[in-house]
Amino acid sequence: MEILPILRSLRRNRVGAVLIGLQITLTLAIVCNCVSIIQQHLQQMRRPSGIDEANIFSFWNGWLGDPTDPAARVQGDLAALRALPGVIDAVATNSFPLHGGGSSWDLSIKPEKNHRKATSALYYVDQHALAAYGLKLTAGRWFRADEVGELRTDEDKFPATIVITQHLAEQLFPAGNALGRLVYFTTKEDIQGAQASLIVGIIQTAQTPFAGSSWGESFLENSTFVPFQYLDKSGVVYVVRTRAGQQATVMRIAQDKLYGLRNRRVIQALRPFSFIRHQAYLGERATSVMLEAVCALLLTITAFGVIGLTMYWVNQRRRYIGMRRALGARRLDILKYFHTENLLIAGTGCALGIALGLWGNAWLAVSLELTRMSAAFIGGGALMVLGLCQAAVLWPALRAASIPPALATRAM
Amino acid sequence: MLRYSFQLALRGLKRNLALTVLTVAAVGVGIGTCMTVLTTLVGMSGNPIPDKSSQLFVPQIDVAGPAARRSSGGPDGAKLPSQLTYRDAVALLKAHRGVRQTAMYEVAQTVNPPGGRPFQVAGRATYADFFTMFEAPFRAGAAWGQQQDDNRENVVVLGAHLAERVFPHRNPVGSTINLNSRDYRIIGVLDTWLLIPHFYDLTGGGFADTEDFYIPFTTAIERQIPTWGGTNCTELPPPGWQGRLNSSCVWIQFWVELPSAAQVRAFRDFLQGYAAQQQQLGRFHWPAEVALHDVTDWLVYSDVVPHEVRVNSLVAIGLLVVCLVNAVGLMLAKFSGRSVELSLRRALGASRRDVYLQCIVETTIVGFLGGLLGLALTAAGLAVLRALLDLGGRDSVSGRLAYLDTQMVVITVIVAIVATMCSGLYPTYRASRIQPAWQLKVQ
Repeated sequence: MEILPILRSLRRNRVGAVLIGLQITLTLAIVCNCVSIIQQHLQQMRRPSGIDEANIFSFWNGWLGDPTDPAARVQGDLAALRALPGVIDAVATNSFPLHGGGSSWDLSIKPEKNHRKATSALYYVDQHALAAYGLKLTAGRWFRADEVGELRTDEDKFPATIVITQHLAEQLFPAGNALGRLVYFTTKEDIQGAQASLIVGIIQTAQTPFAGSSWGESFLENSTFVPFQYLDKSGVVYVVRTRAGQQATVMRIAQDKLYGLRNRRVIQALRPFSFIRHQAYLGERATSVMLEAVCALLLTITAFGVIGLTMYWVNQRRRYIGMRRALGARRLDILKYFHTENLLIAGTGCALGIALGLWGNAWLAVSLELTRMSAAFIGGGALMVLGLCQAAVLWPALRAASIPPALATRAM
Repeated sequence: MLRYSFQLALRGLKRNLALTVLTVAAVGVGIGTCMTVLTTLVGMSGNPIPDKSSQLFVPQIDVAGPAARRSSGGPDGAKLPSQLTYRDAVALLKAHRGVRQTAMYEVAQTVNPPGGRPFQVAGRATYADFFTMFEAPFRAGAAWGQQQDDNRENVVVLGAHLAERVFPHRNPVGSTINLNSRDYRIIGVLDTWLLIPHFYDLTGGGFADTEDFYIPFTTAIERQIPTWGGTNCTELPPPGWQGRLNSSCVWIQFWVELPSAAQVRAFRDFLQGYAAQQQQLGRFHWPAEVALHDVTDWLVYSDVVPHEVRVNSLVAIGLLVVCLVNAVGLMLAKFSGRSVELSLRRALGASRRDVYLQCIVETTIVGFLGGLLGLALTAAGLAVLRALLDLGGRDSVSGRLAYLDTQMVVITVIVAIVATMCSGLYPTYRASRIQPAWQLKVQ
């Protein structure tokens, strides 16, 4: 196939060629960056929280008035929940992964100020939490009943023992010997003096309550379990884990069971964990769907642009095509002509698109903390766009190839 | 003349229906997507209190210290605390340097209605000035006054939602409502209050709903009602409620109204002086940095509009550009495909201006149709967005962002027509430059 005649004829249709090329450039650059953002969101949404998501539900429970015996009430509720058929275990706590609200603290490895610190979410739990959350213990042990204390409203105290996540362990002790080591909640300069806690167990994964918010990204898997029965007077969160397939049934009866036990209470936000996850990544999901739609529309519009303009070129050149056919060009030659022409335009567009896409990606990498896309990724995108354009040009090219040679001899 | 152009344009549009439809579709899709995304952006970055946004200010005091701010993780690490300690809030309030001022925090209380199960609602403990400062719309009754603040009275202003829930179809002003087993006298009821963003307290997210009830700050402090919002401590607070009040933990939002530039300058000086004095008293060992932001600054400083939304907007504008480039190509094809017809008109005496007018009218019609299609697509896109953001239950503010108002409808159609006309400029110019003699001769 001769390229030079194609180029010469393109020069006569400069504006059209430039317009198509420009479209392809923008399309490739935008689509690649969108896909890369979508991939990041999907990857974020897919990260395991570390708990038995399929079988956990939770609700918030508050008391009317200021109860004088919060510990007895919570224990009574927990006993009732644990006795329900289909329940594996239940726990009263301040929060759970992806919940949104919770507390966090800076842990240090030395009792003096300005030592290596790591921010961690705090979960106040009892000896049942390992089973109630469905966590995976990778080293050490979980809390014994005798080491669980009480934490009341406005109390800030610290435990003698803690269990932390693998990720936090590695951050505090990069050498990998966190089990059995001390960490400090406070330093010597604080009112209470230095408070040391012994790491007795390591959990494989437990995301913080703040997963899903941009604020929580920096310490996503830094969680610390603290053996305190959480007894805030405004209310506690109950987390209940059921046997597979029993969640809906247990959720229906749990609320009535507790109201039956004591009527002067408030139960709110009774929700399966699947809802919590849905809620935590609402924005990401909406953005992903929107960007997917934008990509699909862009590719469609560009394909139709190619079809429209090529159709026009074919119509414009009907006589010349007829002439070429009369002079011995086969249908295949005509097809090839338009496909090669399109390849030249789209190829140039894609080359520029790769450059623009990478530039845009560099900018997004800073403003959105987006991972850089690889050359192979955008190269693959370019090939896809080229393929799409070739497919789009097929129909007009077939129309061109079907022009009869006799047309050359007829007046238009 | 214009009517004739219009008829010709319609005939022209019909002559190459496929190209016309493609062009309208390109413009429509571009406009539809762009306006869907921009509606959300405009909704999020709107000014929640236009006539006072440069008169309401948030003071900040660096009680955390540069070291703590650096070491505390997260992207907000380098910023000054967004809230005040109780002591500082009370001190600034007592100094009474603004025309109005309020200290406040979010609270949660259990409502125990006479019939039915108790339920929990979010409210705000604040000062009397709050309602005037933030232009809270009253449906019935009025705000409390300074006297109620001073006497720590059990008064409450209800939000529209709670009022309708507990007192359906009647005016609750004068009745009492039971919050956490205590009776409060209802002295006012607010109308539905949409505040987007929820600028006066961003700790619960920029797009939180306005509260269900408002009680005096002084009453809440005396009752030891804990905050339902965020608390930030850089060191361990002393035990108990009094310990929390004396601590260096920040959990109080503070706003001051300063109508004139002179007052702003004076308040800034006062704030600087106050912080310096606190430093001399030994409360902190670092240069006491302060800041004062008005509403507009505050929303930017607090990154209320997520970066994602800005990026989405850029992407959507990119899509619009592609669609318009597409439209330019298609119109170019259409007009030059009709060069014979246009040259014939020229040869028969139509001026260049007449041909130009015909093309412009044709382009405008395409733009208008594209705008209508875009409008339909925008409505559909926003419906999808609302469905995606819907959590069930009470209408969420984030869902409410995705609504089209008349202003946006007009803007959409105008943008479509202007954008299409811009993209039609070059094709039209080319069409009107046709040399009649040359064109006819070639044929």
